[in-house]
Amino acid sequence: MVVAADPREAVVWAALDEIADPEIPAISVVELGVIGGFAFEPAPGGGERLTVELLPTFVGCPAIDVMREQVGQRLRGLELADDVDVRVSFATPWTSDRITPEGREKLRASGFAPPALIAMDAPSVLDVEMLSMVSVVTCPHCGSRNTTLENPFGPTLCRAIYHCANCRQPFEQFKAV
Amino acid sequence: MSENAADLSGPTRDALAQLLLGIADDEFVIGFWDSEWTGIAPMLEEDVATSSISQDEIGHARALYEMLAELTGQDADQIAFGRQPEAYRHAALMNHARTDWAFSIARRYLYETADAVRLEALSRSTYVPLAQLTAKMRREERYHLMHLDAWLRRLASDADASSRLGSALRTLWADALAIFSPVPGEEVLVRGGALPEPMEALRTRWLDQVLPVLDELGLPGPTEQDLAASSEDGRSRRTDDFLWLHGQFTMVAASESGATW
Repeated sequence: MVVAADPREAVVWAALDEIADPEIPAISVVELGVIGGFAFEPAPGGGERLTVELLPTFVGCPAIDVMREQVGQRLRGLELADDVDVRVSFATPWTSDRITPEGREKLRASGFAPPALIAMDAPSVLDVEMLSMVSVVTCPHCGSRNTTLENPFGPTLCRAIYHCANCRQPFEQFKAV
Repeated sequence: MSENAADLSGPTRDALAQLLLGIADDEFVIGFWDSEWTGIAPMLEEDVATSSISQDEIGHARALYEMLAELTGQDADQIAFGRQPEAYRHAALMNHARTDWAFSIARRYLYETADAVRLEALSRSTYVPLAQLTAKMRREERYHLMHLDAWLRRLASDADASSRLGSALRTLWADALAIFSPVPGEEVLVRGGALPEPMEALRTRWLDQVLPVLDELGLPGPTEQDLAASSEDGRSRRTDDFLWLHGQFTMVAASESGATW
């Protein structure tokens, strides 16, 4: 680990912030919150290695391999360390609360309702609290709260489908998880 | 607490490998069965939902196969696609063909509720990678539980659908109980905390949670005979239905051995 003052850290964050989410390109991998962290470490074979922790939004997210490749390629291009290692990790579970305020605004601007901000506890079978996941969602097109959940499952694992009764448009929500 | 595979004793590693294989195969096989509904589910929304749930399960299987591969030094794809049918260790519940919609809902309801009990226990595992992965999986499985609870209640409220659901449950109960068959070497896992509780305790917890719901909806629980049935071969019995599915899901891998994608 290097101290926070390492000037290379800002360069790494800026480079990562240029990498778009492969499935929702309006938002970067940093804004999505999938970068768990990174560190410059001594490499086992000598020299220095940049290790990045990547947190999948969903365990089965098919975009994770693409993200891993793009992050590795972009950071190798910076030539800040002798080697770059991007690791998929569940040590810190990704939750939808990790999406940054900027990320939530960009989601809304591109027609996605951001997930409700709820620190969900783990589920049990007959948990009435389960309903908290499908709390009222604001339409990203017209701002109405007169919306209904059409399907908690959408075109990708991380998206749910809603309908707005006010502007009569369907829209997607980034799922709270 | 064990941070990685190298910290485990030989017997713990072997037993943990058996546990992981069973769970991974459960997720993998039910994911493939239910993916067959893609395009032919009772309504468009359900095409999407079933496909998404199946994709989640196959994704969970992949992560578990990778954890297993790290434990045993094998290759995850080889474990998933390279075994003969008799080497799979899914519970007998996953031996049945998709059948009709009520049957698929009955099976998935039993599976999701049992899986929730199992995942809750594993999220307390002293094997840290397993505790971390299952904690993450539980957040996704919450949507599955909510969905299946809604479908169970919906079908139970219709006379014809309810009778189909009841007959599916009667067919499935004994094989569903096989989810909690003892794992070979289970005592070692329980002693070290990699499996925080015996399967028998999880089975009891599951039944305590599920039976009142089924009773409320007028749906059958297990018979005395189902409950007393031996679970010795609960994860090794195979059927012709599974042989067929195995042929389907290994077809691509078998067509070009060693190919990567």
